[in-house]
Amino acid sequence: MTNNRVSYTLDSTLETVDSAEQAASRIAVEAGFAEDEVMQISMAVREAAVNAVLHGNAYDPDKKVKLDFVTNGHDLVITIRDQGKGLDPSKIPDPLAPENLLKTSGRGIFLIRSFMDEVQICPSQTGTEIKLVKHVPGSSGAPKEASQ
Amino acid sequence: MTMKTSTRQVDGIAIVDCSGRITLGEGSVILRDTVRGLLGKGQKKILLNLGDVNYIDSSGIGELVSAFTTVRNQGGELKLLNLTKKVHDLLQITKLYTVFDVKDDETAAVKAFK
Repeated sequence: MTNNRVSYTLDSTLETVDSAEQAASRIAVEAGFAEDEVMQISMAVREAAVNAVLHGNAYDPDKKVKLDFVTNGHDLVITIRDQGKGLDPSKIPDPLAPENLLKTSGRGIFLIRSFMDEVQICPSQTGTEIKLVKHVPGSSGAPKEASQ
Repeated sequence: MTMKTSTRQVDGIAIVDCSGRITLGEGSVILRDTVRGLLGKGQKKILLNLGDVNYIDSSGIGELVSAFTTVRNQGGELKLLNLTKKVHDLLQITKLYTVFDVKDDETAAVKAFK
């Protein structure tokens, strides 16, 4: 199966968040996902882009957000990389815990995990890479390389 | 679509008709400013009509939570009206659906304020 890849390098701005969401929506439609799944994918990408722009790159104009979409007939694999300090997923509080329910932030990663089939967060000293996988409906399934 | 709000008064309740997207940036700021503006005028009974809100992200959810707690901390009440399926589903999975007082009938919602 041939991989189709689309890549973007974007500035650390709010416009990037919207661009990432729109690109995800368009590519998900082209990959054959249903309307609800397209919304889930585009929202997951939006949340990951928000994390990259705000928490990763902190709006630094010298830092970029790299966005990569790969479709292979079985999966849509999306990778978002920032150039920040690195997000430690073990330090993300559970937004469903009673003491966190009324917090005004901290739900982005939770929503991403809720909407995607596989999520892999790879922090490093040069930034965070988050890999999102959504299985294409009706595909027989390919070997998966990203898992929690 | 940009977030827009329009406020009307019904039986002492401020009904804020919201439309568009409540997302990081302008959408969240407009909602915040609207609620704070009402509180600043002493209007502490607020019904957010989200019937025309077609998209909300985690920042928008956070802004709804902020509005809810801000109003409550000032002795007021904030309720939600006419959730779209997308917003309803998001509040369900984030366990916020039972935190907010959610209504689907405006008349009943207005009467539900103390």
